[in-house]
Amino acid sequence: MELTRLSALELGREIKKGQVTVTQAVKEQLSVIKARDAKYQCFITVKTDKALEQAEVVQKKIELGEYKNSPIAGVPVAIKDNICVKEMTTTCASKMLDNFEPGYHATVIGKLKEAGAIIIGKTNMDEFAMGSTTETSHFGETKNPWNIERVPGGSSGGSAAAVAAEEVPIALGSDTGGSIRQPSAFCGVTGIKPTYGTVSRSGLIAYASSLDQIGPIGRTVSDCASLLEIIAGHDIKDSTSVPELAKNYTEGLVDDVKGMRIGIPRDYIGEGLGTEIKEAVIQAGKVLEDKGAIVEFFNLDMVDYAIPAYYVIASAEASSNLSRYDGIKYGYRAKESTNLQEVYKKTRNEGFGQEVKRRMMIGAFVLSSGYYDAYYIKALQVKALIKKAFDNAFKKYDFILGPTAPTTALKLGNNLNDPLKMYLGDIYTVSVNLAGLPAISLPYGIDSKGLPIGIQMIGDVFKEKTIIRGAYALEQTRPYVRPVL
Amino acid sequence: MKSYETVIGLEVHCELDTKSKIFCGCTTQFGGEPNTHVCPVCSGMPGTLPVLNKQVVNYALKAGIALGCDITRYCKFDRKNYFYPDLPKAYQISQLYLPICRNGYIEIEAESGRKQIGIHEIHMEEDAGKLIHDEWEDCTIVDYNRCGVPLIEIVSEPDMRSAGEVIAYLEKLKLILQYLSVSDCKMQEGSLRADINLSVREVGSEVFGTRTEMKNMNSFKAIARAIEGEQKRQIELLEEGKTVLQETRRWDDNKDTSFGMRSKEDAQDYRYFPDPDLPPVSISEAWINKIKAEQPELRDEKKARYIKAFGIPEYDAGIITGSKVMAGIFESAVDLCKKPKEVSNWLMVETMRLLKVNDMEAEEIHFSSENLAKLIDLVDKGVINRTVAKKVYEVIFTDDIDPEQYVEENGLKMDTDDGQLRMVIEKVLAENEKSVQDIKAGKTKAVGYLVGQTMKAMKGKADPGMVNRLLTEMLS
Repeated sequence: MELTRLSALELGREIKKGQVTVTQAVKEQLSVIKARDAKYQCFITVKTDKALEQAEVVQKKIELGEYKNSPIAGVPVAIKDNICVKEMTTTCASKMLDNFEPGYHATVIGKLKEAGAIIIGKTNMDEFAMGSTTETSHFGETKNPWNIERVPGGSSGGSAAAVAAEEVPIALGSDTGGSIRQPSAFCGVTGIKPTYGTVSRSGLIAYASSLDQIGPIGRTVSDCASLLEIIAGHDIKDSTSVPELAKNYTEGLVDDVKGMRIGIPRDYIGEGLGTEIKEAVIQAGKVLEDKGAIVEFFNLDMVDYAIPAYYVIASAEASSNLSRYDGIKYGYRAKESTNLQEVYKKTRNEGFGQEVKRRMMIGAFVLSSGYYDAYYIKALQVKALIKKAFDNAFKKYDFILGPTAPTTALKLGNNLNDPLKMYLGDIYTVSVNLAGLPAISLPYGIDSKGLPIGIQMIGDVFKEKTIIRGAYALEQTRPYVRPVL
Repeated sequence: MKSYETVIGLEVHCELDTKSKIFCGCTTQFGGEPNTHVCPVCSGMPGTLPVLNKQVVNYALKAGIALGCDITRYCKFDRKNYFYPDLPKAYQISQLYLPICRNGYIEIEAESGRKQIGIHEIHMEEDAGKLIHDEWEDCTIVDYNRCGVPLIEIVSEPDMRSAGEVIAYLEKLKLILQYLSVSDCKMQEGSLRADINLSVREVGSEVFGTRTEMKNMNSFKAIARAIEGEQKRQIELLEEGKTVLQETRRWDDNKDTSFGMRSKEDAQDYRYFPDPDLPPVSISEAWINKIKAEQPELRDEKKARYIKAFGIPEYDAGIITGSKVMAGIFESAVDLCKKPKEVSNWLMVETMRLLKVNDMEAEEIHFSSENLAKLIDLVDKGVINRTVAKKVYEVIFTDDIDPEQYVEENGLKMDTDDGQLRMVIEKVLAENEKSVQDIKAGKTKAVGYLVGQTMKAMKGKADPGMVNRLLTEMLS
């Protein structure tokens, strides 16, 4: 039995049965990380001692009969490096925070600990979650386990790649405009972006507060559904978290789509979409139809406006959220400043990378007086119209089926020179964040370049169970394909 | 010289007296070692989120209802973005687009008569920290204790025309906020701060002149002087044919003059936008009604009641209700001793005198109403005379002692032994033969002198009425 090939749920069961100890599992996982991570660079921080220490504690508790209801007790989890873990550096992959150690856990970390999960380390990402390739990381880029000349996607590239490379069975990512789903697609794994307000943002270092959501990445739909069930729930520390939530995601793990109504937006399979991905989406539709679902094409309006609206809103919020990194209290401070203005200018100039600066500039511009109405307010109006377009679609369909990204994993290197082109890669993901909807990306086939194709299912608000059901049914029709590691 | 009119509007920042801060559980207590009343939320650490303290909304509603405002039933918080070390998130959570209260007023009485001053809006926001410059080390340190202390900003219409009206407005506002128990309004601790917007124009002109803003004035006296100074400066500029520059100015009360800080061109763009971390606040009819039902009696109602129910003169009722602390003492002392006029006299005469002597504000009074009531009873029962009572009251005023115990311990009870008193009077009469003859000759004035001499010999512990009676009796 190769422990590190098991899914999180399988490993959790083995541990519960006493077939393997937590320490064994963690040790094995650490040795895989040690062997592979030099190649893929999924992690920014790996806490070997702490993980082993936790393993001992959790093992004892399991033997005492604790964690009865947790399917992932003793299972290693990797955490995207924008989620605060007490006494672990939490860098956001930025020079600005390369020495920042929070004195508090994010709410999701508390929940994972309660479930007996082992926090094994912090994963690489685009700086402050801004990017779709993990190339904007201050610590260097993560490589795609399917092809190390390709990007893993982003911004949760480290988490998706770590799961694909079997350096960890499950990981947490965050998704503001596709940052869980797109790297999951590029790395051939599954990821869920929950409905806005489902998972507490307390302890998630903000990029765009009205769009950010933490979510699970795993190699199976079941792992993701179970992990989501653990991390979801109301949190008094996050005023945007939803008070009453039916956490019934694992109930969606049934291989039955009979009578489900599925819509494929024509706007999602038109110009700009790679042919092989289009074929995969249509194929998936046919397979679901064969299983008894009703599949239709329809027109989802407003698709063209999603990217500009997203970049206005996300950048505006980011420009404000990232202002606190000023070199005064923590994090990076430039040396040899002679006055306050210089401390600010030098610190922020040296501490932030190009993409972060670009978005903060866009954000400051769209919020400035005289432009606010033309950009920010207009973008909010577009956001409302996008939500309305989805609302109309969900009157007819249980979920929407489409691609996750227009391409499979891009080549490393040239992506940052043409930001507009890079932003266009978010076309199928950003509108989900703008509308606050849940969506899942799951692997569905390999293209002619040997790279995994991801397809996306989008549900109405709080209908995670529905998309999990669709994804689970589709997942059952093919075996999981692992990259050659 | 032409005749000018001054136009003034105020922005008053008032720290609310909630137990905890506006977006976290830290205490709002003033003072405390630097950076001890802080947590990751109010110090703006990465990943932390604000959670609104409902009590802040309650207090803002109380103020808004007392000032006759319309309540914004769906109000929101906005971020005001700017860089400064006392602002750890680099934005202040405030309200720009949908403030909680609008369109209220305060009725003032100034030298110009009764007048309504409009309230443009009241909004909720968080306070910033404090910078302390260490001259010795030549560095600036930041204390975040005040960060996140809740504030309401009360913005008036430009309805005031003189320093007198401004002071009347501020005094009235301060009293209302104190009576509502939403703020202690201690200017010296910065819990009430005012920014003054001032312009001048020729009398009869329909348009406003260019205004300047003077920031963070923290005493009424300074405000009055700053207004006088600024209107003089602006009129002089206009008289010289110059123009007033729209700018923020700093009033230096020591130098009795103001300095330009930054002009309109340098004004910051705060890039306000709705805070995505805080959902809008929906204020229901029921919520408003609950606050209305809980509103305490305010100054004007209280004053009218004192006049009507206790027969206190209007002037005295005005002075007593002019301080929430004094009114509080008045009411509970009356409750205990049932002598409203006596209580009022002690407050109006002796208390006012002692406040003046000790250079204190009425809000600083700290004796208990029980002790005043007991003192009044002691006089009433003839245990001590008024002269002694005044002395005892001074000790109550400073040390809040129990007068019964104090009188007992210090042997201040009036001597009612008529035998001893007769002996003393005989002695006094013997020593003052001249006065005795004067009196017998009809110069009754000297009786007072002999009473005084007797009281002196009795060390004050005699009832002056009784002394008078015995003296007259013994002289005839």
